[in-house]
Amino acid sequence: MKFLAVCSSGLGSSFMVHMNIEKVLKEQGITGVDVDHADLGSVGPGAADVVFVGADLADSVGGLGDVVVLDSIIDLAELRTKVRETAIRKGVTVPDAGAN
Amino acid sequence: MEGVLSVLLDVFRQPAIIVALISLVGLLLQRKAFSDVLKGTVRTLVGFLVLAAGAGVVVASLDPFGAMFQQAFDVQGVVPNNEAIVGQVLLDYGSAAALIFFFGFIVNVLLAATTHFKYIYLSGHVAFYMAAMIAVILGVAGFPVWGVVLWGALLQGLVTTLSPAIVQPFMRKVTGSNDVALGHTGGAGVALSGLVATLTRGKGKPSRSTEDITFPKGLGFLRDTTVIVALSMAVIYVIVALFAGASFVETELSGGQNYIVYVVMQAATFSAGVFVILAGVRVVLAEIVPAFKGISERLVKNAIPALDVPITFTFAPNAVLIGFLASFVGGIVGMSVMIFAGTAIIIPGVVAHFMTGAASGVIGNAAGGRRGAVLGAFANGLAITFLPLFLLPVLGDIGLSNSTFSDSDYGVVGILFGQISLAGGQIAVIVAILASLVLVYASSLFVRARARRNAGRDGDGSGTDSAADAEAPRVGETASAR
Repeated sequence: MKFLAVCSSGLGSSFMVHMNIEKVLKEQGITGVDVDHADLGSVGPGAADVVFVGADLADSVGGLGDVVVLDSIIDLAELRTKVRETAIRKGVTVPDAGAN
Repeated sequence: MEGVLSVLLDVFRQPAIIVALISLVGLLLQRKAFSDVLKGTVRTLVGFLVLAAGAGVVVASLDPFGAMFQQAFDVQGVVPNNEAIVGQVLLDYGSAAALIFFFGFIVNVLLAATTHFKYIYLSGHVAFYMAAMIAVILGVAGFPVWGVVLWGALLQGLVTTLSPAIVQPFMRKVTGSNDVALGHTGGAGVALSGLVATLTRGKGKPSRSTEDITFPKGLGFLRDTTVIVALSMAVIYVIVALFAGASFVETELSGGQNYIVYVVMQAATFSAGVFVILAGVRVVLAEIVPAFKGISERLVKNAIPALDVPITFTFAPNAVLIGFLASFVGGIVGMSVMIFAGTAIIIPGVVAHFMTGAASGVIGNAAGGRRGAVLGAFANGLAITFLPLFLLPVLGDIGLSNSTFSDSDYGVVGILFGQISLAGGQIAVIVAILASLVLVYASSLFVRARARRNAGRDGDGSGTDSAADAEAPRVGETASAR
């Protein structure tokens, strides 16, 4: 399973989201997910199982398959919810999945 | 014994090895497994060489541009693009730049831990570019290598701590909180935008927000750096080629190939070089930035992460486009002035106008509505056109290349310390850096004293140390900003 954070340059904000996804996964004890970040130009369909982008890029990522749009890329609470939902949706083993 | 020493010197003269060692330290600090440490260190070594290879591609495509521009207009034409110039700088100043970057981060953490400026600069790519420019400025000033690294690291730490601080009063208006700061080398221009927007705000009815306008979509392709660099450079190359003339291009540069075909390919090659450099930068930073983040989280209480410009974009998507357009118009106005003045000509760099112009638009909108977004971003556009012009003379040989640093902070820091060095030599540079450090601590003491005096009353909101901020979350633990 691979989650990919994407921004326009693939340097700053996608990297931040990448590190925050890893942090959230660790917090919730979810394993078996690879996380990476990339720039908009070099991502094609199939580059990852799920692509995470900020709301400002939502219109530019059509055709990338499974896309999760973050309303605010600095909101850790939103990321926590969305990563957890996504993991459950993709069938990754999530500890205490029933507790949600 | 001397043989060993000379081998060691050869090793440490290689910037790729210095960067790999920094990465090694970062990985060990994160207590990674042996295989991860090995993998990360080698990847960083190779990543730096990728970056250097990209620099070669960019330079090869800029050389004909410089020749055409000289032929057509008889002045130097300069394309501000951070990746293009940093690629070239790192070939000569790579080791010093890498060490300034590394120790500059440590200075940043120490300043954040001991003053009221709680900003941790996590935009590794622009911090790396800033370190490269500081290495050039101090190198041109004639410092020995250890001096470049020592004073450079202090200066780098000061810049990365203070740049987010000057934008923060406006960032608070955008995000409605004090949880996150802007960490980008466009900081000075963005703060200027906030200031202009505040000053031009009408006394009576405030200008409405940009977000009340329904704005056409379809400019989304501007977000794709590779595409926008290739397209904008193609336009610029073709215009310059038309002025230089078909016969000049075909006899002197293209070896007979049709001149339009030739320049379009050169423009695409420029974008390819930037693409390669970015890929290298990404690999180099991948192992280092997480270590920085981890260290700052452990050492600085109430740290505020300073992040790249796109964090502002979701707050006001219309202001992003308005800001880009207004900034770009500022760049064209600035370029026109240079054409009439007969100076070197700074061609508006689309990437810089997009990134910092958009952030200026968002900040300007928060401070002064539509009018603020337009006027603020326009001011930023003028700033990032004229600052690079005055930066050129203090960069030594690097200033003669056909590219330069594009954002406002490089201009402000480079011109300030370049001129100080020209006026008073190395001593003046050292005095200026130490004086800045003293000022930072003095202002921190002042703000703390005022916060203590105000402790009984409601916080005044301007001191980051005020009671209201005491519960600010840790780096990365930012709460909902909405």
